[in-house]
Amino acid sequence: MDTIERTLLEQVAELHEVPEGAYNIRANGQSAARNTTANIDIVNKKDLPGIDIIIKPGTKNESVHIPVLISQTGLKEVVYNDFFIGEDCDVTIVAGCGIHNCGDQTSQHDGVHRFFVGRNARVKYVERHYADGDGNGQRVMNPESVVELDEGSYMEMETTQIKGVDSTARKTSAKLADKATLIVREKIMTHGQQFAKTDFTVDLNGEGSSANVISRSVAKDQSRQEFFSRINGNNACSGHTECDAIIMDQAHVTAVPEITANSIDASLIHEAAIGKIAGEQLIKLMTLGLTEQEAEEQIVNGFLK
Amino acid sequence: MLELKNISFEVNTPEHSKEILKDISLTINERFVAITGPNGGGKSTLAKVIAGIIKPTTGRIILDGEDITDLDITQRAQKGVSFAFQQPVRFKGLTVRDLITLAAGKPIGVSEACDYLSEVGLCAKDYINREVNASLSGGELKRIEIAMIIARGTKLSVFDEPEAGIDLWSFSNLIQVFEKMHEKINGSIMIISHQERILNIADKIIVLAGGQVQAAGTRDEVLPHLLAGTGSVCSVLADKL
Repeated sequence: MDTIERTLLEQVAELHEVPEGAYNIRANGQSAARNTTANIDIVNKKDLPGIDIIIKPGTKNESVHIPVLISQTGLKEVVYNDFFIGEDCDVTIVAGCGIHNCGDQTSQHDGVHRFFVGRNARVKYVERHYADGDGNGQRVMNPESVVELDEGSYMEMETTQIKGVDSTARKTSAKLADKATLIVREKIMTHGQQFAKTDFTVDLNGEGSSANVISRSVAKDQSRQEFFSRINGNNACSGHTECDAIIMDQAHVTAVPEITANSIDASLIHEAAIGKIAGEQLIKLMTLGLTEQEAEEQIVNGFLK
Repeated sequence: MLELKNISFEVNTPEHSKEILKDISLTINERFVAITGPNGGGKSTLAKVIAGIIKPTTGRIILDGEDITDLDITQRAQKGVSFAFQQPVRFKGLTVRDLITLAAGKPIGVSEACDYLSEVGLCAKDYINREVNASLSGGELKRIEIAMIIARGTKLSVFDEPEAGIDLWSFSNLIQVFEKMHEKINGSIMIISHQERILNIADKIIVLAGGQVQAAGTRDEVLPHLLAGTGSVCSVLADKL
């Protein structure tokens, strides 16, 4: 691994070296390193680029890292990864994509992740997007997640994209069975001319299922963000979606929460707020000795923490 | 020592102009200086002029011999001016620890945070990691605001109605907080207040009404008049008072 790839790895997976446990590192379109454990198997897909990650029922406190690193300009790839998480598991999955583009051609990674979460399993899924490089080439990522949560299962998704990525369209859809729970926390910061779109569709099909989709974002410069969140309550269930955005400079933010109740026992809430940093927040921090710019940084960092 | 020389502040709208502060000259060198007077008399505006949030239309502000009139909020804060807001600000995402750390100007541990927070009757353990958002009550925010000023420990601290929204138990402690603060930083504490108990500890009382200094002097000189008279009010109001 070279320095650029090491930096990307650190940014997307908070890893300094190859991780412990199961992992698959994909670098410039090739599988660069892989490790499987007694409970977690990783195999190449036969018909498509990508891998199947198979986690045995009852696997507890194990983790899988599947970072993707791209440092080659002009590389475009679509990768399909499927996660089969057995019953009663309790695992952490860390995915992420880092693009370093110093060239002038577009580098693009589109990852399609499908999760099949077994009965009463618990999954924490962490995904980070990072891009840098001083070339003119665009850095593009379009992740798609498809989640199926079986009875009594629980999934927490944490997705983060702070700067660097020129264009991203994230699509997430989930179907929840009885007593299943989905929690999504999304953090986005865009700057320059960047564009980020997120689109969630959650079907609360099971009795006692619940979902909470929370997005916090900051849009700077001339960047644009679009947030769509659709929750369909098809049974006795509870759903909540919330979008909170700070808008700065000449940015544009659209937030469209949509809730549909198809059952009399569905309880659904949506909240959306867009606004600039309050002047009094800046003034307060300035009275503590911070410059206006430092105050702004503190407020933005705190908001996205 | 803080000197205000001929401070005026005027607000101009297309329809009319209004003078909020009229030629105010003051020196603040005492331990505790209380500013009191009727609502709308210009007290908060004066505090904001000192902190640099409002720029006066005319006049000079001198801090320890240095003219700070043209310095901005940040520069004044760095020179040793602290300001506790009447209505503390909420921050989504920033924790009590973040704010106390920013106020202290250096990374602080739990025990140090505990020193500041316990002064205002809050247990650091319960509060340090809480977000300064809508989940905190007005009284809690007010106490955190005061803890930030303690953490700063600057030579001039201005409090805008620190007692507003604080319950009675905390109130008696608040006076101890000011006394302790003075021992520690040996600077001046300026408190905007309507509370007799705060006026009672003041070394100097300034009465501000209609944008002008109506009276300024020691507690013994000013307080008796203040409690006796209601000042100039119209006949309808005078009948009711």
